[in-house]
Amino acid sequence: MELSRRDAVAALAALGLGGGAAATYTRRDGGDDSDPQSGTEDEEIDVSDGRVERVAVAAAEVLYPSQVTGVEQFVTEFLGPRLNQDGHGDGIREAVGIVEDRAQRWHGAEFDALDPDRRDQLLREMGVDTADEAPDGTDAERVRYYLVNDLLLALYASPTGGELVGVENPQGHPGGTDSYQRGPP
Amino acid sequence: MSGRGSASRQDRSPVTDADVCVIGAGPAGALVADHLASAQDVVVLEAGPRFDPGDRVERQERAIRPAFDRPDVWEMGGKRDDHAASGEWFYPLNHARVKGVGGSTLHWQGMVMRLHEEDFASGTERGVGPDWPIDYADLQPYYADAETELGVSGADDNSFAPPREQPHPMPAFPPSYSDSLFAEACDELGIAMHSVPNARNSEPFDGRSECAGYGTCQPVCPSGAKYDGTVHVERAESQGATVIDRARVERLAHNADAIEAAVYTTPDGTEHRQEADAFVLACGGVETPRLLLMSDSEQYPGGLANSSGLVGRYFMDHLFAGVGGVLDEPTRQNHVGFLTSESHQFYDDADEEVGPFKLEFFNYAGSSPVELALTGDDWGDDLLERLQSAYGNHVAVGALVEQLPREDSYVGLDPERTDDRGNPVPDVHWTVGDRALRTIERANGIQRSILQELGAEITWTVGPDDTGPAYHHMGTTRMGTDPASSVVDPACRTHDLANCWIAGSSVFPTGGAMNPTLTIAALALRVADAVDATLE
Ligand SMILES: Cc1cc2nc3c(=O)[nH]c(=O)nc-3n(C[C@H](O)[C@H](O)[C@H](O)COP(=O)(O)OP(=O)(O)OC[C@H]3O[C@@H](n4cnc5c(N)ncnc54)[C@H](O)[C@@H]3O)c2cc1C
Ligand code: SF4
Repeated sequence: MELSRRDAVAALAALGLGGGAAATYTRRDGGDDSDPQSGTEDEEIDVSDGRVERVAVAAAEVLYPSQVTGVEQFVTEFLGPRLNQDGHGDGIREAVGIVEDRAQRWHGAEFDALDPDRRDQLLREMGVDTADEAPDGTDAERVRYYLVNDLLLALYASPTGGELVGVENPQGHPGGTDSYQRGPP
Repeated sequence: MSGRGSASRQDRSPVTDADVCVIGAGPAGALVADHLASAQDVVVLEAGPRFDPGDRVERQERAIRPAFDRPDVWEMGGKRDDHAASGEWFYPLNHARVKGVGGSTLHWQGMVMRLHEEDFASGTERGVGPDWPIDYADLQPYYADAETELGVSGADDNSFAPPREQPHPMPAFPPSYSDSLFAEACDELGIAMHSVPNARNSEPFDGRSECAGYGTCQPVCPSGAKYDGTVHVERAESQGATVIDRARVERLAHNADAIEAAVYTTPDGTEHRQEADAFVLACGGVETPRLLLMSDSEQYPGGLANSSGLVGRYFMDHLFAGVGGVLDEPTRQNHVGFLTSESHQFYDDADEEVGPFKLEFFNYAGSSPVELALTGDDWGDDLLERLQSAYGNHVAVGALVEQLPREDSYVGLDPERTDDRGNPVPDVHWTVGDRALRTIERANGIQRSILQELGAEITWTVGPDDTGPAYHHMGTTRMGTDPASSVVDPACRTHDLANCWIAGSSVFPTGGAMNPTLTIAALALRVADAVDATLE
């Protein structure tokens, strides 16, 4: 099932990031603000917005069901305003920094250069699968909160994500008051 | 999101020459303030912050994400909101209220129905509990006004409801798909279903949009289609009322016959005195008795307005009963976060043994797939498979059940624990009683028969052993004619103090089994009339 621009916009709306936020999004590419993040031991980890997007897309390829297409565009569009969101954006950068650090130290390559099975394995080795999300928690809990669950929330609060499960108007999506009255398609 | 709300009126000093001081900016206080603001100088003191409406979608994210508990959504908890629960039944107080401009309606579900005529005469009609000193006819015109004020979507299809004088302001929300499944089963069983009056816009109303279907009504409606007390706070302010947020009233300074000032503190710890001719306490069913008990004096050693010794006594809530299960067909749940069908058919069968109760047909049985997706140790295809098997075929019937007032169910002050200002925390000592438990069993029996008729496999029951409260705090400053056995008179003025009225469900002598806020609103409008008449 194809994720569309409408899905990304809907996922953003569900998180309070409507058109206005998207319009003011400025990329933070380049070296100047790629600060090393706490939780990583490698001063060299690049968390510029371009890197963050690539890592997030690579993660989404593992986290999203295989029948979903259009992941790269969806994740990029979703992530833009999200990275610009006070506090939350830095949380995402930090989570990506943690994942990148482990990828490089444990598997000797950048996260997005690993094949999908390896990415899956790495996230599980980090304990992200069994971690409860927590914005101020351990590395695994923060990766779960800012990266994994952000991406899952974006998908399943969007109309296409909802449809995969069988609800066209998932919670968080202002899908009106018709669908609850309708019978199964 | 900006900390505890945004500061609006930086100057939190008292208003000079105020006619009326309202304490609490939930729907009760807001309605009183709005109704008096054109004729009187009104000041509203609110303990909590004024939340930024622009933060609501972010609060919605908190409602969905597992990292946050329900009280986190509206920033409840911590030392300010500490409480005890010394009773046999635990009471989760901070799940059950919000402090801030708008009060607990920021979090509420928004179901609004009138009490039945017999609810006003439980002693006479059902043989248990006291009669109210007023009856349905006294409140009926105020109910009609309250429906207009809140903006209620409803229909005239409930033959068990008390008589109406006019249609609801907006048409009812149409039944859901799952209601149509229930309707077949209920038809077979001879159970009548009808619409639910909702304080949420089925069409644009009063400058607020129609429901957009976010589905997170409880605990936050991002669109503003669900009514909350901020509507009347804003209206009161536009008519000249002053609303001071983060102004916590800690004591009511008084003489023998009247309140002289509300003594409040602001976030920087400064203490102020707000004087006024009349005071309306609208702090909800727990904080109103707490404030009276904290305002004890030589004259009133057991607490202010407490000559009867009953301030805080007779604490009641409604109890939940429910049965849920799964069908072998899609039931289309979790599209919206409100109910569209109920049955009040069994309500007036109530007697000494079994109380009134109403049945609620769920539109959100089973977990929300979005919330499910954020828990568990799977992702990718496995997660989708789990979501697909968990979502789609749930059904549930809930019920609200009356509990009777009992003196051993009360709100008191904890002698040992204090809040961040050094005041004793409220102790909700909740005792339920056998009639309510029998009523839950009776409701469960009907719920089971409906699900069985539907062909459902029953997977859960909330019965007498694991029931919980519906977050409706009633009874703690009960209304009556006799000063020895009640705290306020039939006009909701305290027997002891001539310039002190109470607006809220704490004045209910009995609770019925209807969600209380429409009755709170009707009584608040009546209090506003009484205060106005006294000041003229
Ligand atoms: C989850 C949930 C769902 C609900 N669903 C429904 C429903 O569907 N239908 C229904 O009818 N009811 C429902 N309710 C109940 C409803 O919210 C309350 O009945 C209603 O808000 C009560 O209004 P109130 O103005 O009396 O009190 P509140 O709304 O509680 O407001 C009281 C205000 O007083 C302030 N205050 C307290 N103490 C002080 C002090 N010392 N100084 C200054 N200010 C003070 C508080 O901060 C608060 O803002 C629900 C409640 C909850 C929590
Ligand atoms: S379903 Fe309607 S009332 Fe509920 S949160 Fe959404 S817009 Fe508000």
